[in-house]
Amino acid sequence: MTHAADRRDLAWWIDRTMQVLVLAGGLSAIVFIAGIFLFITREGAGFVFDRFDFREFFFSPRWTPTSNHNPTYGALALIAGTASVTGLAMVVSVPFSLGAAIYIGEFATGRVRETLKVLVELLAAIPSVVWGFIGLSIMNPLIIQVFDVPVGLNVLNSGIILGLMAAPIMTTIAEDALKAVPDGYREAAEAMGATRWQVTFKVVLPAARNGLVAATLLGVGRGFGETMAVLMASGHSVNLPTSPFDSVRALTATIAAELGETAAGSDHYQALFTLGIFLFIVTFAINLAADVFVRGGRRKYRRRGRRPAASANP
Amino acid sequence: MFEATERNRRNRKVEGLFRLLFLWMTCMLILPVALILGVLIVRGGPAISWEFLFTRPIDNMTAGGILPALVGTVWLVVVALIASVPVGVAAALYLSEYAPDNRLTRAINLAIINLAGVPSIVHALFGLGAFVIFFRFGTSILAASLTLAIMTLPVVIVATRESLQTVPLAFREACWNMGATRWQTIRKVVLPNSVSGILTGVILEVSRTAGETAPIMFTGAAVFMPFLPQGVLDQTMAMSLHLFVISTQVPDVPEHMPFGVALVLISLVLAMNGLSIAFRVYLRGRKKW
Repeated sequence: MTHAADRRDLAWWIDRTMQVLVLAGGLSAIVFIAGIFLFITREGAGFVFDRFDFREFFFSPRWTPTSNHNPTYGALALIAGTASVTGLAMVVSVPFSLGAAIYIGEFATGRVRETLKVLVELLAAIPSVVWGFIGLSIMNPLIIQVFDVPVGLNVLNSGIILGLMAAPIMTTIAEDALKAVPDGYREAAEAMGATRWQVTFKVVLPAARNGLVAATLLGVGRGFGETMAVLMASGHSVNLPTSPFDSVRALTATIAAELGETAAGSDHYQALFTLGIFLFIVTFAINLAADVFVRGGRRKYRRRGRRPAASANP
Repeated sequence: MFEATERNRRNRKVEGLFRLLFLWMTCMLILPVALILGVLIVRGGPAISWEFLFTRPIDNMTAGGILPALVGTVWLVVVALIASVPVGVAAALYLSEYAPDNRLTRAINLAIINLAGVPSIVHALFGLGAFVIFFRFGTSILAASLTLAIMTLPVVIVATRESLQTVPLAFREACWNMGATRWQTIRKVVLPNSVSGILTGVILEVSRTAGETAPIMFTGAAVFMPFLPQGVLDQTMAMSLHLFVISTQVPDVPEHMPFGVALVLISLVLAMNGLSIAFRVYLRGRKKW
């Protein structure tokens, strides 16, 4: 009686080992994201459990952690700072990014299209500290001159900078969403005599709606988490803004500016980690929502009989 | 019978208008950057010389060059690459070659999206809490580079995965049919056919890593170091932090200096990106299938 050939030779063992190693690589992403949450919680836990006052944190605009007799940790002004800058950035950036995505995806062809895509990609490459420096040294005097205000480091300045920074990711994701709309949709509309912009507005944009929402969400996430540019261009004063010319301070910028001056383990230090936990949770929620929207969009086409993407798995 | 009607003409006009509008919007995103680059070159250009690049800062960083910052950035990037490329390529191999379509894979993908989406300052807090304090690396190149490595991991993973997926399934099937194991197939067929795409991703990561500031502020980058780092447990200066410091923290810096630093930093980053893009275009032209 012959045995089945024993396949456990050297190649088999190498194959097994590599499979485990490669799986470990894949799992590392989960380990890291969990690690981030665990370690910032570990450092901020003392504040969260002992000192954290929900009403003060979310509803008091008084952030005075360095006060000797009565330090307060109200994050409202910081949240308002982040929200106002991100909000203005989105107002500036969403129409232009979606417009650019429509031009690149639906109108431009061939070489023009490739060139524009490369330029948008290069836009994304500019480091945030350089953007901050641009806000400080170019936008600041420009705003003072044009609007005749005493200080040019304000919501307007950082909003514009942040808008330009968030534009590439929104353009790229939005263009992907447009590309995911099956050509059959376009052809059907064109066969009925629709012009290009009619096809775009009546067919492609509604069909790509989920992806466009995802693109906007990712832009918001980007603006929410941006640190150096906002630190340098927003004026950095704790303030509930009432106009675009007010200086504000963002959550991220507060951590960046103050962490270096705190003693490890102090209330102030732990409060800054608590801001970090808040930032982590909010951006996690935004990314999760964006992912749900992207997936929702994809599933829709698949249900309607689009051939699923070729799988690399046998 | 097929003459253009009034309606056709109007449609064509509207179409032209929309086309112009969207083109204008695209240009509005790109033009400011071109202008900014121009300003940086005009105002930072005069600062740049051999002396600026290859001497140390003197007089409280108001004069002299940027050598320690340049060298420091190279250290940070190299150590970060050593840490992240193997892990990133392994993760991409798993996702592209092994992963079934199940919850675990979805969780991994979500984790990757979040690694890319978590604010850089939160990565900095993590680096401080984990590497500097918990693992006791202190504020060092090692701690800063590991923080950067985790932050830029998604860049490698996404680029590598894309590159692996351009290798046709038929190549793999041919190899499996010869009795090769999965790993032999990856090693002899999949990787050789995608290694240049992986390299594109690595170059892109270099550019990302070199520009980051927030993650290294509290983990290993120093405001001023009179000497070059000797090993991975030293602190170091870095280009990005140096730009922040001399443009906001140090008084009486002559105006051309921060512009010079910004110009060097952005040239470095854009050159890396340009290289990566050129490489990609070249590969696409050469592809035989």
